[in-house]
Amino acid sequence: MTSWWTPQASIWWVVLIKCAVLLFVVITTFAYAMLFERKIMGWMQIRPGPNRVGPWGLLQPAVDALKLILKEDLKPKTADPLIYWLAPFISLVTAFAVYAVIPFAQPGPGNVWAVGDVNAGILVILALTSIGVYGISLGGWASGSKYPLLGSVRSTAQLISYELAMAMSLIGVLILAGTTSLVGIVNGQVKLWYFIPQFVGFVIYVITAVAETNRAPFDLVEADAELVGGFNTEYSGLRFGLFFIAEYINMLTVACIATLLFLGGWNAIGGLTMIPGIVWFLVKVAFFMFVYIWLRATFPRIRYDRLMAFGWKVLLPVATLNLVVTALVVAVRG
Amino acid sequence: MVNGRKKLYNVGALLRGMAVTFRFMFRRKPTIQYPSVKKKHAPRFHGLHELRRYGDGKERCIGCELCSSVCPANAITVIGAENSPEDRRSPGERYAARYEIDELRCIFCGMCEEACPTDAIVLTPRFEMSDYRRGSLIYAKDRLLVPPDAGVGMAPDDRPGGIPADLGRVAEVKSNVDTDVGYDATWRGTVLKTQTKGLAE
Repeated sequence: MTSWWTPQASIWWVVLIKCAVLLFVVITTFAYAMLFERKIMGWMQIRPGPNRVGPWGLLQPAVDALKLILKEDLKPKTADPLIYWLAPFISLVTAFAVYAVIPFAQPGPGNVWAVGDVNAGILVILALTSIGVYGISLGGWASGSKYPLLGSVRSTAQLISYELAMAMSLIGVLILAGTTSLVGIVNGQVKLWYFIPQFVGFVIYVITAVAETNRAPFDLVEADAELVGGFNTEYSGLRFGLFFIAEYINMLTVACIATLLFLGGWNAIGGLTMIPGIVWFLVKVAFFMFVYIWLRATFPRIRYDRLMAFGWKVLLPVATLNLVVTALVVAVRG
Repeated sequence: MVNGRKKLYNVGALLRGMAVTFRFMFRRKPTIQYPSVKKKHAPRFHGLHELRRYGDGKERCIGCELCSSVCPANAITVIGAENSPEDRRSPGERYAARYEIDELRCIFCGMCEEACPTDAIVLTPRFEMSDYRRGSLIYAKDRLLVPPDAGVGMAPDDRPGGIPADLGRVAEVKSNVDTDVGYDATWRGTVLKTQTKGLAE
């Protein structure tokens, strides 16, 4: 009660304001990522996409949100109430929490462009995204219904399989950068973006990232064709919306990681440094989001046994080999 | 198994697939923004029925029930009555006291048109008649009979306006299906021709 404005307290105030701004930005980005996904998918299927609400369909996310909020909040009789209510929040909170350690541009004095510059940023991100899986598996399990259960079992198996290859592909970059700080990794890419020396790792990361976010063609967790809606079958209204938001935020997260670790983060293309770093960062993230949408519009869902075979028999060995070769090269060259 | 694995890891095929979707993104969309933009109908499109009148305002229908007999879907009910000298509805001896068409049964084949000896029943190009209640899709004389002042004695396509007023604005169709070139029989025929052409390329 002494003072809200001591230098000590002001640090917390700054963090709080940054968090609020970031939350707003991320939610808005999610809303428009969804709109653009529907638009781009539409174009690829020679349709115009949503264009009824507002000019060019720009108010579509708002009415979608309104619709979800106004819908009835259902719970199956057989569901485990506490975990059933809790699961969407686990997904959402972990999805948001990741942004606390992501730097969006060179932090500089006062750490303007990141909430927290953690020296083990990439590890924090990996840990948080792994916790996010609990939202999906618990949500499916607590629904007390067979399709969600199958969906969540699949999710668990799939995420364990692909998380390994993903971590392996990231370690290659960490060896090259010699640091686990995201700012440090980006600053190590001023001359050469890591996707060139780590091309194999980059490809593996992109593939595993699609699987980690449960996106097509690896969206077996939701597999509408055989599992109705997968883990979120029994969820309705806002709770379904929370899962939905979490999925898209996770997409944004993996796009951010790919940008930071492989595409040079906020480093400019071709020395165009007069354009601020944040713009470069956003352009790269947008490119990744487009690739995800593009993949979804192009490929059919992969069969489950092939998904597993691909993860364990191709991605993991190749990622390990890539890691070993990178380690050897770095060791030999000093 | 070997073959299957080869196919699964065929990266070139995956990239070609992505090239296809990317190209399609810039294609012209054939979508017609329906309620605001309407597709041009064929000149003899078979839509909602209409009972016509003579130039003097008398009803053409003489209650002969030929349409009802020829109707393959049994959609038409006609109950005729005698004209009385003081209230002549039609030039003949009889007129249709009741004339009802169940538009849900109708298959829009146009046989009633063919059978009618006085050209009383015709099919107009109106096609928007959806409703929430089945009952309201049984059209009786109050909705079938043209008002005495609307294009009397003319087929719908010959009227000055061309199309009945409630068909709505027919805007220019902006699509890669050209509705004017090679536009002879039905719009389905036109689309088919364009599609075959596209496939042959």
